Amino acid sequence: MQKAEQFPELQYRDLDQQREAAELGMWIFLTTELLLFGGLFISYAVYRHTYPEVFAEASRHLDTVIGTVNTGILIISSLGMALAVYGAQTAKRKRLLFGLIAAIVFGTAFMVLKGIEYYHHYLNAEFPGLRFDYSVPDAKGKQVFFFLYFAMTGLHAIHLTIGIVLVCIILYLAYRRRFSPDYYTPVENAVLYWHFVDIIWIFLFPLLYLIDVHK
Amino acid sequence: MKVISETTYYIICGSLLVFTVLTYLAALVDLGEWNLVVALIIAAVKGSLIILFFMHARYSSHLTWMVIGAALLWLGILFSLTLSDYLTRIPFASVLIF
Repeated sequence: MQKAEQFPELQYRDLDQQREAAELGMWIFLTTELLLFGGLFISYAVYRHTYPEVFAEASRHLDTVIGTVNTGILIISSLGMALAVYGAQTAKRKRLLFGLIAAIVFGTAFMVLKGIEYYHHYLNAEFPGLRFDYSVPDAKGKQVFFFLYFAMTGLHAIHLTIGIVLVCIILYLAYRRRFSPDYYTPVENAVLYWHFVDIIWIFLFPLLYLIDVHK
Repeated sequence: MKVISETTYYIICGSLLVFTVLTYLAALVDLGEWNLVVALIIAAVKGSLIILFFMHARYSSHLTWMVIGAALLWLGILFSLTLSDYLTRIPFASVLIF
Protein backbone atom coordinates (compact mmCIF):
# COMPACT_ATOMS: atom_id res chain seq x y z
CA MET A 1 0.00 0.00 0.00
CA GLN A 2 1.38 3.39 -0.93
CA LYS A 3 1.07 6.09 1.63
CA ALA A 4 0.58 8.99 -0.79
CA GLU A 5 -2.57 7.39 -2.17
CA GLN A 6 -4.38 7.56 1.14
CA PHE A 7 -4.77 11.32 0.78
CA PRO A 8 -7.01 12.95 -1.83
CA GLU A 9 -5.60 15.22 -4.52
CA LEU A 10 -5.85 18.97 -3.77
CA GLN A 11 -9.09 19.56 -5.67
CA TYR A 12 -11.07 16.90 -3.77
CA ARG A 13 -12.75 17.13 -0.39
CA ASP A 14 -12.05 13.50 0.52
CA LEU A 15 -11.12 10.11 -0.96
CA ASP A 16 -14.76 9.19 -1.58
CA GLN A 17 -15.29 12.28 -3.72
CA GLN A 18 -12.09 11.55 -5.64
CA ARG A 19 -13.18 7.96 -6.30
CA GLU A 20 -16.63 9.09 -7.42
CA ALA A 21 -15.11 11.62 -9.84
CA ALA A 22 -12.92 8.91 -11.40
CA GLU A 23 -15.87 6.57 -11.72
CA LEU A 24 -18.05 9.28 -13.25
CA GLY A 25 -15.34 10.00 -15.83
CA MET A 26 -15.31 6.31 -16.77
CA TRP A 27 -19.09 6.28 -17.20
CA ILE A 28 -18.89 9.33 -19.49
CA PHE A 29 -16.22 7.56 -21.56
CA LEU A 30 -18.46 4.50 -21.81
CA THR A 31 -21.30 6.76 -23.02
CA THR A 32 -19.17 7.85 -25.98
CA GLU A 33 -18.27 4.19 -26.58
CA LEU A 34 -21.95 3.27 -26.62
CA LEU A 35 -22.60 5.86 -29.34
CA LEU A 36 -19.60 4.57 -31.33
CA PHE A 37 -21.15 1.09 -31.35
CA GLY A 38 -24.59 2.70 -31.79
CA GLY A 39 -23.56 3.87 -35.27
CA LEU A 40 -22.85 0.27 -36.26
CA PHE A 41 -26.06 -1.00 -34.68
CA ILE A 42 -28.18 1.53 -36.59
CA SER A 43 -26.44 0.59 -39.87
CA TYR A 44 -27.25 -3.01 -39.05
CA ALA A 45 -30.92 -2.13 -38.42
CA VAL A 46 -31.23 -0.22 -41.70
CA TYR A 47 -29.57 -2.93 -43.82
CA ARG A 48 -31.44 -5.76 -42.13
CA HIS A 49 -34.61 -3.83 -42.98
CA THR A 50 -33.40 -3.53 -46.60
CA TYR A 51 -32.32 -7.18 -47.05
CA PRO A 52 -34.32 -9.24 -44.50
CA GLU A 53 -34.16 -12.63 -46.29
CA VAL A 54 -30.51 -12.28 -47.34
CA PHE A 55 -29.50 -11.41 -43.76
CA ALA A 56 -31.37 -14.48 -42.44
CA GLU A 57 -29.69 -16.70 -45.04
CA ALA A 58 -26.22 -15.24 -44.43
CA SER A 59 -26.69 -15.58 -40.65
CA ARG A 60 -26.94 -19.35 -41.11
CA HIS A 61 -23.30 -19.36 -42.24
CA LEU A 62 -22.23 -18.36 -38.70
CA ASP A 63 -21.36 -21.03 -36.15
CA THR A 64 -24.18 -20.83 -33.58
CA VAL A 65 -22.44 -23.25 -31.19
CA ILE A 66 -19.24 -21.17 -31.04
CA GLY A 67 -21.38 -18.03 -30.68
CA THR A 68 -23.35 -19.42 -27.72
CA VAL A 69 -20.25 -20.85 -26.03
CA ASN A 70 -18.45 -17.52 -26.49
CA THR A 71 -21.36 -15.67 -24.83
CA GLY A 72 -21.04 -17.99 -21.82
CA ILE A 73 -17.25 -17.55 -21.76
CA LEU A 74 -17.59 -13.77 -21.71
CA ILE A 75 -20.19 -13.88 -18.92
CA ILE A 76 -17.88 -16.07 -16.79
CA SER A 77 -14.97 -13.69 -17.46
CA SER A 78 -17.22 -10.87 -16.23
CA LEU A 79 -17.87 -12.83 -13.04
CA GLY A 80 -14.09 -13.03 -12.56
CA MET A 81 -13.83 -9.24 -12.88
CA ALA A 82 -16.74 -8.70 -10.46
CA LEU A 83 -15.04 -10.98 -7.90
CA ALA A 84 -11.79 -9.04 -8.41
CA VAL A 85 -13.52 -5.83 -7.29
CA TYR A 86 -14.97 -7.69 -4.32
CA GLY A 87 -11.45 -8.91 -3.46
CA ALA A 88 -10.00 -5.40 -3.75
CA GLN A 89 -12.76 -3.90 -1.59
CA THR A 90 -12.42 -6.49 1.18
CA ALA A 91 -8.60 -6.87 0.99
CA LYS A 92 -8.93 -10.52 -0.10
CA ARG A 93 -5.77 -10.77 -2.18
CA LYS A 94 -6.45 -14.25 -3.59
CA ARG A 95 -9.93 -13.26 -4.86
CA LEU A 96 -8.48 -10.18 -6.52
CA LEU A 97 -5.62 -12.03 -8.27
CA PHE A 98 -7.63 -15.11 -9.29
CA GLY A 99 -10.54 -12.96 -10.48
CA LEU A 100 -8.23 -11.01 -12.77
CA ILE A 101 -6.45 -14.17 -14.00
CA ALA A 102 -9.82 -15.82 -14.74
CA ALA A 103 -10.87 -12.77 -16.77
CA ILE A 104 -7.62 -12.87 -18.78
CA VAL A 105 -7.91 -16.63 -19.43
CA PHE A 106 -11.58 -16.54 -20.46
CA GLY A 107 -11.10 -13.34 -22.47
CA THR A 108 -8.24 -14.97 -24.38
CA ALA A 109 -10.33 -18.14 -24.92
CA PHE A 110 -13.04 -15.93 -26.48
CA MET A 111 -10.48 -14.37 -28.83
CA VAL A 112 -9.14 -17.80 -29.87
CA LEU A 113 -12.64 -19.07 -30.73
CA LYS A 114 -13.36 -15.82 -32.59
CA GLY A 115 -10.12 -16.30 -34.54
CA ILE A 116 -11.15 -19.86 -35.52
CA GLU A 117 -14.48 -18.47 -36.75
CA TYR A 118 -12.76 -15.73 -38.77
CA TYR A 119 -10.44 -18.34 -40.32
CA HIS A 120 -13.43 -20.47 -41.39
CA HIS A 121 -15.11 -17.44 -42.95
CA TYR A 122 -11.88 -16.77 -44.82
CA LEU A 123 -11.76 -20.36 -46.11
CA ASN A 124 -15.45 -20.21 -47.12
CA ALA A 125 -14.82 -17.00 -49.10
CA GLU A 126 -17.06 -14.93 -46.79
CA PHE A 127 -14.51 -12.20 -46.03
CA PRO A 128 -15.46 -9.05 -48.01
CA GLY A 129 -12.38 -7.28 -49.33
CA LEU A 130 -10.03 -10.23 -48.79
CA ARG A 131 -11.73 -13.32 -50.11
CA PHE A 132 -15.38 -13.19 -51.15
CA ASP A 133 -17.42 -15.31 -53.52
CA TYR A 134 -19.47 -12.91 -55.66
CA SER A 135 -21.05 -15.72 -57.72
CA VAL A 136 -23.55 -16.68 -54.94
CA PRO A 137 -27.15 -15.44 -55.30
CA ASP A 138 -27.81 -12.11 -53.47
CA ALA A 139 -24.05 -11.51 -53.22
CA LYS A 140 -24.66 -7.79 -52.60
CA GLY A 141 -26.78 -8.23 -49.49
CA LYS A 142 -24.61 -11.07 -48.24
CA GLN A 143 -21.56 -8.84 -48.62
CA VAL A 144 -23.28 -6.12 -46.55
CA PHE A 145 -24.12 -8.66 -43.85
CA PHE A 146 -20.56 -9.93 -43.64
CA PHE A 147 -19.14 -6.44 -43.78
CA LEU A 148 -21.28 -5.50 -40.75
CA TYR A 149 -20.43 -8.82 -39.08
CA PHE A 150 -16.69 -8.17 -39.35
CA ALA A 151 -16.98 -4.47 -38.46
CA MET A 152 -19.10 -5.13 -35.36
CA THR A 153 -17.36 -8.25 -34.05
CA GLY A 154 -13.99 -6.78 -35.11
CA LEU A 155 -14.53 -3.55 -33.18
CA HIS A 156 -15.73 -5.64 -30.25
CA ALA A 157 -12.60 -7.85 -30.53
CA ILE A 158 -10.34 -4.77 -30.57
CA HIS A 159 -12.06 -3.57 -27.39
CA LEU A 160 -11.66 -6.96 -25.77
CA THR A 161 -7.96 -7.04 -26.70
CA ILE A 162 -7.47 -3.63 -25.08
CA GLY A 163 -9.40 -4.97 -22.07
CA ILE A 164 -7.11 -8.01 -21.76
CA VAL A 165 -3.97 -5.81 -21.93
CA LEU A 166 -5.52 -3.47 -19.35
CA VAL A 167 -6.34 -6.34 -16.98
CA CYS A 168 -2.76 -7.69 -17.38
CA ILE A 169 -1.46 -4.30 -16.19
CA ILE A 170 -3.95 -4.27 -13.29
CA LEU A 171 -2.88 -7.82 -12.40
CA TYR A 172 0.78 -6.73 -12.28
CA LEU A 173 -0.11 -3.76 -10.04
CA ALA A 174 -2.26 -5.97 -7.81
CA TYR A 175 0.59 -8.47 -7.56
CA ARG A 176 2.86 -5.60 -6.46
CA ARG A 177 0.27 -4.83 -3.71
CA ARG A 178 -0.60 -1.42 -5.09
CA PHE A 179 -4.31 -1.70 -4.21
CA SER A 180 -6.12 -1.61 -0.89
CA PRO A 181 -9.72 -1.11 0.30
CA ASP A 182 -8.80 2.61 0.42
CA TYR A 183 -7.54 2.76 -3.13
CA TYR A 184 -8.69 0.50 -5.95
CA THR A 185 -9.94 2.96 -8.59
CA PRO A 186 -7.94 1.38 -11.49
CA VAL A 187 -9.48 -2.04 -10.72
CA GLU A 188 -12.91 -0.44 -10.54
CA ASN A 189 -12.63 1.37 -13.87
CA ALA A 190 -11.10 -1.60 -15.72
CA VAL A 191 -14.05 -3.67 -14.45
CA LEU A 192 -16.57 -1.12 -15.75
CA TYR A 193 -14.89 -1.22 -19.17
CA TRP A 194 -14.85 -5.02 -19.23
CA HIS A 195 -18.58 -5.28 -18.38
CA PHE A 196 -19.41 -2.71 -21.06
CA VAL A 197 -17.63 -4.81 -23.70
CA ASP A 198 -19.59 -7.82 -22.40
CA ILE A 199 -22.92 -5.98 -22.84
CA ILE A 200 -22.05 -5.13 -26.46
CA TRP A 201 -21.48 -8.81 -27.19
CA ILE A 202 -24.77 -9.77 -25.48
CA PHE A 203 -26.58 -7.65 -28.08
CA LEU A 204 -24.37 -8.73 -31.01
CA PHE A 205 -24.94 -12.44 -30.37
CA PRO A 206 -28.69 -12.71 -31.11
CA LEU A 207 -28.56 -10.02 -33.82
CA LEU A 208 -25.82 -11.71 -35.87
CA TYR A 209 -26.00 -15.42 -35.04
CA LEU A 210 -29.66 -16.12 -34.37
CA ILE A 211 -31.63 -14.64 -37.29
CA ASP A 212 -34.40 -17.13 -38.15
CA VAL A 213 -32.37 -20.20 -37.10
CA HIS A 214 -35.64 -22.14 -36.71
CA LYS A 215 -36.12 -22.35 -40.49
CA MET B 1 -18.70 2.46 -1.54
CA LYS B 2 -21.08 -0.38 -0.92
CA VAL B 3 -19.57 -3.87 -1.14
CA ILE B 4 -21.80 -6.27 -3.08
CA SER B 5 -21.61 -9.82 -1.70
CA GLU B 6 -20.06 -12.68 -3.65
CA THR B 7 -23.36 -14.57 -3.51
CA THR B 8 -25.07 -11.77 -5.46
CA TYR B 9 -22.37 -11.97 -8.14
CA TYR B 10 -22.76 -15.76 -8.46
CA ILE B 11 -26.57 -15.45 -8.70
CA ILE B 12 -26.31 -12.73 -11.39
CA CYS B 13 -23.76 -14.79 -13.34
CA GLY B 14 -26.00 -17.88 -13.11
CA SER B 15 -29.07 -16.00 -14.33
CA LEU B 16 -27.05 -14.48 -17.20
CA LEU B 17 -26.04 -17.99 -18.32
CA VAL B 18 -29.67 -19.17 -18.04
CA PHE B 19 -30.80 -16.18 -20.13
CA THR B 20 -28.14 -17.06 -22.75
CA VAL B 21 -29.55 -20.59 -23.11
CA LEU B 22 -33.04 -19.05 -23.19
CA THR B 23 -31.98 -16.73 -26.05
CA TYR B 24 -30.81 -19.73 -28.04
CA LEU B 25 -33.94 -21.81 -27.33
CA ALA B 26 -36.26 -18.87 -28.13
CA ALA B 27 -34.54 -18.51 -31.51
CA LEU B 28 -35.41 -22.15 -32.35
CA VAL B 29 -39.16 -21.43 -32.02
CA ASP B 30 -40.85 -19.78 -34.99
CA LEU B 31 -42.44 -16.57 -33.67
CA GLY B 32 -42.29 -14.68 -36.96
CA GLU B 33 -41.48 -11.02 -36.44
CA TRP B 34 -41.50 -11.55 -32.67
CA ASN B 35 -38.28 -13.59 -32.69
CA LEU B 36 -36.30 -10.36 -32.96
CA VAL B 37 -38.36 -8.64 -30.26
CA VAL B 38 -37.97 -11.54 -27.81
CA ALA B 39 -34.21 -11.73 -28.47
CA LEU B 40 -33.82 -7.99 -27.87
CA ILE B 41 -35.93 -8.05 -24.69
CA ILE B 42 -33.80 -10.90 -23.26
CA ALA B 43 -30.61 -9.02 -24.25
CA ALA B 44 -31.95 -5.85 -22.59
CA VAL B 45 -32.72 -7.76 -19.36
CA LYS B 46 -29.20 -9.25 -19.39
CA GLY B 47 -27.67 -5.82 -20.06
CA SER B 48 -29.68 -4.29 -17.20
CA LEU B 49 -28.55 -7.01 -14.77
CA ILE B 50 -24.91 -6.34 -15.72
CA ILE B 51 -25.27 -2.55 -15.40
CA LEU B 52 -27.20 -2.70 -12.10
CA PHE B 53 -25.13 -5.34 -10.26
CA PHE B 54 -21.83 -6.13 -12.03
CA MET B 55 -21.27 -2.42 -12.72
CA HIS B 56 -23.06 -1.69 -9.39
CA ALA B 57 -24.99 1.24 -10.92
CA ARG B 58 -27.79 0.39 -8.47
CA TYR B 59 -25.59 1.66 -5.63
CA SER B 60 -23.96 4.53 -7.57
CA SER B 61 -24.66 8.24 -7.16
CA HIS B 62 -27.58 9.92 -8.92
CA LEU B 63 -25.04 11.73 -11.08
CA THR B 64 -23.96 8.35 -12.50
CA TRP B 65 -27.60 7.46 -13.16
CA MET B 66 -27.93 10.70 -15.10
CA VAL B 67 -24.95 9.80 -17.30
CA ILE B 68 -26.44 6.35 -17.99
CA GLY B 69 -29.79 7.98 -18.75
CA ALA B 70 -28.13 10.47 -21.10
CA ALA B 71 -26.34 7.61 -22.93
CA LEU B 72 -29.64 5.81 -23.50
CA LEU B 73 -31.40 9.05 -24.47
CA TRP B 74 -28.85 9.85 -27.19
CA LEU B 75 -28.90 6.26 -28.42
CA GLY B 76 -32.69 6.58 -28.56
CA ILE B 77 -32.45 9.79 -30.60
CA LEU B 78 -29.98 8.12 -32.99
CA PHE B 79 -32.34 5.17 -33.50
CA SER B 80 -35.71 6.92 -33.56
CA LEU B 81 -34.72 9.70 -35.97
CA THR B 82 -32.89 7.34 -38.36
CA LEU B 83 -35.58 4.67 -38.34
CA SER B 84 -38.41 7.20 -38.65
CA ASP B 85 -36.96 7.80 -42.10
CA TYR B 86 -36.09 4.28 -43.25
CA LEU B 87 -39.15 2.50 -41.82
CA THR B 88 -41.63 4.94 -43.40
CA ARG B 89 -40.31 4.91 -46.97
CA ILE B 90 -43.48 3.61 -48.60
CA PRO B 91 -43.76 4.24 -52.35
CA PHE B 92 -46.07 7.26 -52.75
CA ALA B 93 -48.30 5.50 -55.33
CA SER B 94 -49.30 2.76 -52.89
CA VAL B 95 -50.47 5.38 -50.40
CA LEU B 96 -52.75 6.98 -53.02
CA ILE B 97 -54.59 3.67 -53.70
CA PHE B 98 -55.95 3.56 -50.15
